Amino acid sequence: MIGLREVSFSYGDRPVLRNVSFSVGQSESAVVMGPSGSGKSTILRLILGLETPQQGQVLIHGQDISTLKEKTKRELRKKIGMVFQDGALFDSLTVGENIGYYLLEHTRLPFEEITHRVRRMLGFVGLDADEIIDKLPEQLSGGMRRRVAIGRALLSTDPKIMLYDEPTTGLDPQAIDNVLNLIKKLHQERSISTIAVTHQIVDAFDIADRFIVVYEGEVAFDGSVQELRDCRDSRVQAFLAPFRSSFAGVARRRFVDGGQGL
Amino acid sequence: MQILSAVNNWLKRFANELQRLFYFSLRMVAALFGRPFYVAETLEQMYLIGVGSLYLIVLTGIFAGQGMALAYSVELADFGAKNYLGRIMAIAIIRELGPILAGLMVAARVASGITAEIGAMKSSNQLDAMVAFGIDPIKKIAVPRLIALVIMVPVLTIICDAIAILGAYFVADFVAHVTPTMYWSNVRGRLIFGNLFIGFFKPFVFSFIIAFISCYKGFTSEGGTKGVGQATTNSVVMASITILTVNFFITKVVFSLIKGYL
Repeated sequence: MIGLREVSFSYGDRPVLRNVSFSVGQSESAVVMGPSGSGKSTILRLILGLETPQQGQVLIHGQDISTLKEKTKRELRKKIGMVFQDGALFDSLTVGENIGYYLLEHTRLPFEEITHRVRRMLGFVGLDADEIIDKLPEQLSGGMRRRVAIGRALLSTDPKIMLYDEPTTGLDPQAIDNVLNLIKKLHQERSISTIAVTHQIVDAFDIADRFIVVYEGEVAFDGSVQELRDCRDSRVQAFLAPFRSSFAGVARRRFVDGGQGL
Repeated sequence: MQILSAVNNWLKRFANELQRLFYFSLRMVAALFGRPFYVAETLEQMYLIGVGSLYLIVLTGIFAGQGMALAYSVELADFGAKNYLGRIMAIAIIRELGPILAGLMVAARVASGITAEIGAMKSSNQLDAMVAFGIDPIKKIAVPRLIALVIMVPVLTIICDAIAILGAYFVADFVAHVTPTMYWSNVRGRLIFGNLFIGFFKPFVFSFIIAFISCYKGFTSEGGTKGVGQATTNSVVMASITILTVNFFITKVVFSLIKGYL
């Protein structure tokens, strides 16, 4: 469904990605991890067609998005929902206008119908429509903003693919739980393929079946949590070292206490 | 040798920047044509630019007109030509002072606002979010501002001209003791095609300069809050210098073309 084939990308003279290859299948949930500045967010931007690689292919449903014309890209993007870091909500619009943005811009649905759909979506992402529909993004907490952004992506394009850029960064534990539960709920109920970018390992274990570690622009690891634990690659070891204790705790909770075993 | 190399690098960067600005301007002009048309956004920008700049234009216009009238009345009195103050003021204000003053004031107030707003949207990924939802940010954000400027800068210039000439009249009447009939008949005598053409053509060109530079600087700003601040300053400086430079060349070229009408 989504595939990167030997993708290389630079910002000016600064190389960001080198020969990156991986693919994510239908209904699969993958997390791209790595230290800050390793090129994780750039991968999402490439998948969405916001950047064009200097080398390689970015395949969405078999089409290389980087070679498509803007009009075709727009059609392809309708299958992709993107939740940007910090939500990227339009700060001059209310929560309701943010969530209904796509419908307001691209459809001729009656305003009442759009409002009805917006309210339903706010309920789906676990927010009280009456309380927040007329608020501005700046009046919301970080967790609420992230959930509104997820709702906006869902209502906009009814996506088959969801991309999350650092969905839990900067949130309190309660908000992290809410956002992670929403991501899992979406993945399970709608069979949406998911790629989340994060450097929060504990969160990554909570939402993904597959782990891709990007280190200095290269894919250092691609596999399951068990393979990740056993990986002897020095770059992966270096990245995981600070998180060893939480890694062990989460792995135990998920695979031993959860009954799957290692 | 090092100095030559530094100059060479600076020239290359300057040429590159000019080329990027040129291509961006072409994209803005191309985006003017074809659907969708953002009428509500354009009207909102016309209000913000026109009504928002009115007090600034009125204040600067009246005081600049009075200042010039004071200076000229003393000099003209030495030659016994005080009665021609209206004629001099009409030419100076309509051809030069009005367009430059309105252009610079709008550049200072509006260009900074446009660059800061677009820059902030860029740094918070709102522009990328628009692209993700199939909306062209140049069409949605830049074009309404361009149209609003092209309509409102000439209108503001006319107001500035009228207020400056009125301000000069108060000085002519109460300080220089030129009779109102003499002053206004001299002003009317210089409201001829050549002067009016220069006076209206200049703000039309200045509005494009302000729109192209301020939007370009906003769309290309980098480096978070500091970068947006720097882009805003550069936008105002670049727009102001370009307005003053282009003003000279318009005066020179138009003078030679329509000399017979002046």
